[in-house]
Amino acid sequence: MYNFDVVKPTRIADAVKELSDSTESQPLGGGQTLIPTLKQRLASPDKLVSLSAIDEMQGVCKGDDGSICIGGATNHATVAAEAGDYPALAATAAHIGDPAVRNRGTIGGSLANNDPSACYPAAALASGATIKTNTREIAADDYFQGMFATALDEGEIITEVRFPVPERANYQKFLQPASRFALVGVFVAKYADGVRVAITGASNDGVFRWTEAEAALSSNFSAAALDGLSLPDGDMISDLHGTGEYRAHLCAVMTKRAVAAAA
Amino acid sequence: MPKDGGIGASSKRREDVRFLTGAGNYTDDINIRGQAYVHFLRSDIAHGTIKSIDTGAAAAMPGVVRIFTGSDFEGVGGMPCGWQVTDKHGQPMQEPAHPILAQGKVRHVGEPVAAVVADTLEQARDAAEAIALDIDELPAVVDMKAALADGSTKVHDDLNDNLCYDWGFVEENKDAVNKAFENAAHVTSLELVNNRLVANPMEPRVALGDYARGTDDSTLYTTSQNPHVIRLLMGAFVLGIPEHKLRVVAPDVGGGFGTKIFHYQEEAFCTFAAKACNRPVKWTSSRSEAFISDAHGRDHVTKIELALDADNNFTALRTETHANMGAYLSTFAPSIPTWLHGTLMAGNYKTPLIYVNVKAVFTNTVPVDAYRGAGRPEATFQLERVVDKAARELGVDPIALRRQNFITEFPYATPVAVEYDTGDYHGTMDKLEEMGDFAGFAARRAESEKNGKLRGLGVNCYIEACGIAPSNLVGQLGARAGLYESATVRVNATGGLVVMTGSHSHGQGHETSFAQVVAEMIGIDENMVEIVHGDTANTPMGMGTYGSRSIAVGGSAMVRATEKIINKAKKIASHLLEASEADIELKDGAFSVAGTDKSVAWGDVTLAAYVPHNYPLEDIEPGLEETAFYDPANFTYPSGAYACEVEVDPDTGKVTIERFAAADDFGNIINPMIVTGQVHGGIAQGIGQALLENCAYDENGQLLSASYMDYAMPRADDLPMFDVDHSSQTPCTHNPLGVKGCGEAGAIGSPPAVVNAVVDALQSAGKDVMHVDMPLSPDRVWAAMQ
Ligand SMILES: Cc1cc2nc3c(=O)[nH]c(=O)nc-3n(C[C@H](O)[C@H](O)[C@H](O)COP(=O)(O)OP(=O)(O)OC[C@H]3O[C@@H](n4cnc5c(N)ncnc54)[C@H](O)[C@@H]3O)c2cc1C
Repeated sequence: MYNFDVVKPTRIADAVKELSDSTESQPLGGGQTLIPTLKQRLASPDKLVSLSAIDEMQGVCKGDDGSICIGGATNHATVAAEAGDYPALAATAAHIGDPAVRNRGTIGGSLANNDPSACYPAAALASGATIKTNTREIAADDYFQGMFATALDEGEIITEVRFPVPERANYQKFLQPASRFALVGVFVAKYADGVRVAITGASNDGVFRWTEAEAALSSNFSAAALDGLSLPDGDMISDLHGTGEYRAHLCAVMTKRAVAAAA
Repeated sequence: MPKDGGIGASSKRREDVRFLTGAGNYTDDINIRGQAYVHFLRSDIAHGTIKSIDTGAAAAMPGVVRIFTGSDFEGVGGMPCGWQVTDKHGQPMQEPAHPILAQGKVRHVGEPVAAVVADTLEQARDAAEAIALDIDELPAVVDMKAALADGSTKVHDDLNDNLCYDWGFVEENKDAVNKAFENAAHVTSLELVNNRLVANPMEPRVALGDYARGTDDSTLYTTSQNPHVIRLLMGAFVLGIPEHKLRVVAPDVGGGFGTKIFHYQEEAFCTFAAKACNRPVKWTSSRSEAFISDAHGRDHVTKIELALDADNNFTALRTETHANMGAYLSTFAPSIPTWLHGTLMAGNYKTPLIYVNVKAVFTNTVPVDAYRGAGRPEATFQLERVVDKAARELGVDPIALRRQNFITEFPYATPVAVEYDTGDYHGTMDKLEEMGDFAGFAARRAESEKNGKLRGLGVNCYIEACGIAPSNLVGQLGARAGLYESATVRVNATGGLVVMTGSHSHGQGHETSFAQVVAEMIGIDENMVEIVHGDTANTPMGMGTYGSRSIAVGGSAMVRATEKIINKAKKIASHLLEASEADIELKDGAFSVAGTDKSVAWGDVTLAAYVPHNYPLEDIEPGLEETAFYDPANFTYPSGAYACEVEVDPDTGKVTIERFAAADDFGNIINPMIVTGQVHGGIAQGIGQALLENCAYDENGQLLSASYMDYAMPRADDLPMFDVDHSSQTPCTHNPLGVKGCGEAGAIGSPPAVVNAVVDALQSAGKDVMHVDMPLSPDRVWAAMQ
């Protein structure tokens, strides 16, 4: 690690100010991604602004419209335990990493990082979630912009994420054997006005919606509705753990399984 | 009734008290006043010419003590290789120089190029970033067959080519073997890869050099499986320090699995730098460094052919293996694909004619050396895969085909130079059939199919050579070391004993099981026996722990030394009891005169030895301390039969292991619980190799699986409950305990069982799949099914 300062504000406004004081500063969520990066000397912020002492960014609650609101600094274990009104979301959180990761890693950190194999991006995109920051509200459809790329501006903090609760939903995660991130993860959510399918782990462009599957499932929410549908493998990630062809195949398999499990 | 102490008792591991409560003393726990830290600048290029290294700016950075580069080590010995293999033409292998820090060229990603010694580790790292290193990149040699092609780039410019050796074994048998193939009724052939692995002991390597200016003594604290070997190699061949001026300490070591046998540059560096800087110098490997600097394991590519007659008897076996050496020869690298692999190719079978060809190849990758099993897993894997394939091609039961070809008479001289002393291969197979409930397999398969899964059953046998090794024999085979073991037994005045063993324990539980043996021999409580190991200053010269040799060789030395103690103690007892020495019996910790009720306690005899007031001083010396060196007459030959049942998800290719049974014959058993634990660990690693672990390089020599994000270690939930049995026991005939060794069996015996099972599962779905290369990751299994 290189040297840096750490501050631990207790209010969002103070955190924003700390971040704007220096262009080399960076928010610190649970540190599960950022700290290993620092240890490898791949980043050199001069100041880390820890978000963990900001009460307004903690916890799970229910919004007036029935949606689940999760504070941006809420860790995965808390979501797993307290988002019971959205069982598929709680289950997704419950299977991120290991207990140590779940007790530190946060939803804000995960969505800000937007790892192409992470789980929350699929949940947020499939749920049509709203990502609330210190300055604005961003629809999930506008938020994810490719591998590790998001709509966030420099110094912008995710303060809350709001998930409309679907009628049925399920997340199927096929584990990458080493990291146990998603080799392919599919989140299917059925709302009154249609079905959304978001896939993580597979594409070179990061999390994406499988619109053909959504259309098929919106008229017939059953695994059979997906028969014959497949994704092109051209844009799929091809690496040590699977070719693009294999990932494209897994997308179809996992989508069917998610529908079957949600139905 | 299970015993509650001594040989055969499942005594709890006494060392676990400190290991499990954070009270261990590992190398990194040792800190010496004034200690400086070294950070190695390692090449991130696989192959290149060093044009310049400018350390000027770095040397001026805060805290920097001194920066070393290759030029500081001109005239200092390079890393020695401990085994010289002779090729099939009678010529010695090609042996490149192996510098402590790169000289002129870098040859693998991770090779140390410069070393920064500073007051703190962070300062050393900061300064390392300020070193201007200019490397002219050369094409990387990665693929072994391409490395041997005409015109390939050479890893070492001063060698003829990238071939370390071309070994034929037994060369004189070659024509007869070829002839047998011409006459065969059936030939089964198979090409396969034994995947490259990273050992990944829980504790990364650490080295701490210390130098006493007043006495000119050097001490190295290091994470080693064999401190005496390091002292000899480093002292005599690298740094020129005589043994009496060099102490090597390997305190608690958190797992080795082979990769901590070898002498590494970092050890020599820290010892050298401690003197050069007149400060203790410490290096602690990061996990990332371990991936690119610990010697890797396996990495064989093999073509194996099995010839059978019309009655399905094996008539001949022929193999051609390419074995990756990496960029340099690690300490024992040349011996692994040859003498620890070729000699095992008979397996459990009476195949009369065998020819093994091994081409060892230099590539721009991390050096490859022994990893749990070392050569024997590679032999077992190819043999048990080809036998399985033969059974499938011939449409015969794979167990019956094996049984038909089993060796049944012992001793048995194989056509590959070794003689098995004992074994009962039908016995372990009988046991396995019982444990595996093969009769119930069809029903279990039907049940799996109902759930949309394919189920497969894989069985295999193994034989291994442990208790390494008769020194005169290995000397003829090219070893530059003896392979005896030593023990000093020191009895204290009040009757307690300290055994100083040349073996080293780094997870095996020697402190418990060795004490059980001595306690049993004398008839005293185990807690009266302390086992000391790991420090050249207080243990006799010994060769350390690897090759499942500790109980068979080190234990034998300890038995011999204890026998000497008992003999002397009997003399003392006969004096105290005023009886003839021939009439003295030792039982339950007391000496008695046969046929009388006269006796004297162990403690009275030991006290007399050190307070010799009433003592036969004219006949024997006071004191009770004896040393023995034991050189084994032969290897030991543990064997067994393993069965694995898998489910394959046909939609994803994911394999799950549903059942795993292991029936082993380790000869006599000292501590069944520890043996079971060793087998469990071995199977976990074997399944890791079979399903998960894959050390992969890209064509530029960059390590693709360089962290746990991409290198998949087996986790508890990847494994089923193991059903382990070692009740089949044919004791070794040539060591005093009748023991064979159990440390590697699990890792040797399990990979073929897993692959055989997966092939069986795929075949059950009508897939024409005869082989899938390890690791059988979901994508590979799925691809094989398409
Ligand atoms: C062993 C291991 C296994 C894992 N397995 C999985 C898995 O299976 N699935 C999965 O999805 N993830 C997995 N993760 C990642 C884990 O979920 C991380 O917690 C997450 O990606 C980052 O969250 P964090 O709170 O730790 O963020 P940090 O590491 O603190 O920060 C990550 C990035 O986000 C920024 N940031 C943090 N919080 C905010 C915020 N509120 N607003 C704006 N920017 C912010 C930081 O500046 C930094 O750039 C794993 C991690 C580990 C170490």
